[in-house]
Amino acid sequence: MQAVLEAMVERVRAAAQGARPLRPRGGGSKDFYGNELAGEPLDTSAYAGLVNYEPSELVVTARCGTPLAELERALAANGQMLPFEPPHFGPGATLGGCVAAGLSGPRRASAGAVRDFVLGARLLDGRGRVLAFGGEVMKNVAGYDVSRLLAGSLGTLGVILEVSLKVLPRPAAETTLRLEAPQDKALEWMNHWAGKPLPISATCYLNGELSVRLSGAAAAVRAARETLGGEALGDGEGFWTALREQTHPYFAPEAPLWRLSLPSRAAPPRLPGEELIEWGGALRWLASAGEARTIREAARRAGGHATLFRARDKSPGAFTPLGPAQMKLQRELKAVFDPARIFNPGRLYPDL
Amino acid sequence: MGKAVPVERIDASRQREVVRRLREFLPAHSVLFEDEDTRPYECDGLTAYRRAPMVVALPETDEQVRRVLQACSALGVPVVPRGAGTGLSGGALPLADGVLLSMAKFMRALRVDPVARVAVVQPGVRNAAISDLVAPFGLYYAPDPSSQIACSIGGNVAENSGGVHCLKYGLTVHNVMRVRGYTIDGEPVDFGGEALDAPGYDLLALAIGSEGLLVVITEVTVKLLPKPQLARVVMASFGDVETAGQAVAAVIAAGIIPAGLEMMDKPATRAVEEFVRAGYDLDAAAILLCESDGTPEEVEEEIARVKQVLSDAGATRMTVSRDEAERLRFWSGRKAAFPAVGRISPDYYCMDGTIPRRRLGEILRFIGEMERKYGLRCPNVFHAGDGNLHPLILYDANDPEQLRRTEQFAREVLEKCVEVGGTITGEHGVGVEKIDQMCTQFGSAEIETFHALKHAFDPVGLLNPGKAVPTLARCAEYRGMHVHGGQLPFPDLPRF
Ligand SMILES: Cc1cc2nc3c(=O)[nH]c(=O)nc-3n(C[C@H](O)[C@H](O)[C@H](O)COP(=O)(O)OP(=O)(O)OC[C@H]3O[C@@H](n4cnc5c(N)ncnc54)[C@H](O)[C@@H]3O)c2cc1C
Repeated sequence: MQAVLEAMVERVRAAAQGARPLRPRGGGSKDFYGNELAGEPLDTSAYAGLVNYEPSELVVTARCGTPLAELERALAANGQMLPFEPPHFGPGATLGGCVAAGLSGPRRASAGAVRDFVLGARLLDGRGRVLAFGGEVMKNVAGYDVSRLLAGSLGTLGVILEVSLKVLPRPAAETTLRLEAPQDKALEWMNHWAGKPLPISATCYLNGELSVRLSGAAAAVRAARETLGGEALGDGEGFWTALREQTHPYFAPEAPLWRLSLPSRAAPPRLPGEELIEWGGALRWLASAGEARTIREAARRAGGHATLFRARDKSPGAFTPLGPAQMKLQRELKAVFDPARIFNPGRLYPDL
Repeated sequence: MGKAVPVERIDASRQREVVRRLREFLPAHSVLFEDEDTRPYECDGLTAYRRAPMVVALPETDEQVRRVLQACSALGVPVVPRGAGTGLSGGALPLADGVLLSMAKFMRALRVDPVARVAVVQPGVRNAAISDLVAPFGLYYAPDPSSQIACSIGGNVAENSGGVHCLKYGLTVHNVMRVRGYTIDGEPVDFGGEALDAPGYDLLALAIGSEGLLVVITEVTVKLLPKPQLARVVMASFGDVETAGQAVAAVIAAGIIPAGLEMMDKPATRAVEEFVRAGYDLDAAAILLCESDGTPEEVEEEIARVKQVLSDAGATRMTVSRDEAERLRFWSGRKAAFPAVGRISPDYYCMDGTIPRRRLGEILRFIGEMERKYGLRCPNVFHAGDGNLHPLILYDANDPEQLRRTEQFAREVLEKCVEVGGTITGEHGVGVEKIDQMCTQFGSAEIETFHALKHAFDPVGLLNPGKAVPTLARCAEYRGMHVHGGQLPFPDLPRF
């Protein structure tokens, strides 16, 4: 492993000297995400493997190239899981890409996001230095929280070499219910239920149907089923996996796919296109050929932002543009880790 | 980076200049500079460090905060933000050439949205006041530091504070959605939002736990959770601390995430029992408090499993709280542990290391050795579920020699925490107190990166300078001191 690391360090140093952009890449499952790719791929898949896994500590540390599927299998063998239920978007998905993309799955609203479970990280920065932040313990406030900052940085701050994550036991029982409701009613229910002590671990609304996953102690799941009513769904697991991986038929059409992140109770933005709601109302997918400006403005007015998630034409910019003050801080942050701007230039914002 | 050595004397003409400047936009009662008025601000909860500030500013509006910062930037005067002053690492320790910016007047709750389950509050609002405010909706704010009746939410954000329930419900960083404030230049910043994520780098994560070095917080949006229907706590006794430590690991290994999992050793329970009569087993070498919450069905199921695991792990006695009053009584002792210890000793020094749970026994043994080595007593209370230790060294601050031994004791324990794979601070922050130990935990490249991050927000280094991150020179000196053992400051003390 040391040789693999040294080779990466060499490549980064050379790239920094020649100002030649690099793009760290695991399995390439998230190549579609963000703005157009630039730079030579820096393959991380050889820097793989679990470094430390102590189930009773609820922590796993693994190298960036570790396939996400392999990591999840190791956890499952011990009755544990990654609580943020990350999407893979392809068989090659790696841990490094998962953290860099910062995308979470159906359990996000109840359990938390990738960044909430990051405890520590090692980073190969733009000067070719290996830096270590955070650690393997649950609570750690020494130094600025750089490891959480890496979640969602899309490989623009450096190569995330190694990550420590908090893991949790898998729920003892799980069941999925399906209820029929118009959209406004469904939004109202999701918000109302989230304020009640119910073991809801995922929600999805599409075409008049509200799917609700309950996870927890068997008794609690049983009791909540009584409270909520509806029909039990046969293949609940298959449904949530298809939703997470976007293999569900909703995601099949060619129209640009927008990801609107909004306050959970925001009224449905009146926009052209078909909507799918997740995360108790906080995540709205929109398959729409509508104007980027209109969609972003609607999301902003609702108190959130809109990402052009999948589209052939990313010219409007994948991510919501930031104000000048915010952008200035983001630029300075980028410069702290990658002064020569070699990592994934432009993938997050043209300036970064 | 700030000056390496803080000024200790107040310059009277400089003080007059700053007061005059601040009074241009602050009312007279919001600018304090007479000794008797500034004295209450000379320390935070870490009373071993004291220094009177040159001036105290008590703004009441955002606009006033902005102007204080702009004025101080223009004059080159350092600013130290302060919440309720309960911090335990000296983060709010004033500077003799600086302005202490007290956020105590920012006491309003701005908005509660029970449907979206968020509350927007000013930073001076007390932690417990948020839960009180939203209780009528069946909601609460989860992080509950033991200081919750006194500490401010702004201070919680600055320290990324935890509490006895954070194993299951997370730290401040997991429960805050948005922070607004100002950089030292008076530029407004707004991180996070009421959606579950925000575009760009996660500056919210960076701001939380930044100990008042990056931004002055003027507004906090917190996430509210539904109050569990029921909570019950198991109190279990153990014949020795190591067995209790192993029982903690056994609970987690069994796939249980208790709402709280706390441990106290005998010296701690003794001190507490005298103070609050919580009903602790005084014969036990250690007790564990293990809380289960949820629906009545869930709690019943979990308590049964917890009792089984604890009994297999060697618990000698177990009591389950029968009602809410009893549950609160069991917790009252734990929550009052610091003040209780404060009653049996003139002073106490609270440590805050975190370790991997499985090393608990080893650390406890090490602390025992240190008690003998330094001739000081040290009761222990822990957030055992997340491996966060709070050994409390008892000493008398009037005896400078005892204070020195105490600091040395604490340093050895924190370095041991790093050695076993943990950290020097789990929730109280680095402040001025653990600044040297930062050099043990991090290498020069990381320290440099921290300074660069600080520089991105505060290029001149005027916001809470000298805290949280040591200068590289200081680290070099500190490390050097360790390498050349002969030059250690207390050559008379026995060493391993
Ligand atoms: C008896 C006792 C028990 C405690 N128990 C716990 C516990 O269980 N868990 C825990 O985590 N902590 C605990 N603490 C420590 C302390 O209460 C927390 O660190 C708390 O968050 C500090 O809040 P404060 O308002 O008192 O902040 P202060 O002490 O006033 O300040 C703390 C830091 O925050 C900065 N700051 C404060 N307000 C702002 C603002 N508006 N903008 C920018 N920076 C700001 C200050 O500069 C300083 O660096 C305990 C303390 C005591 C005395």
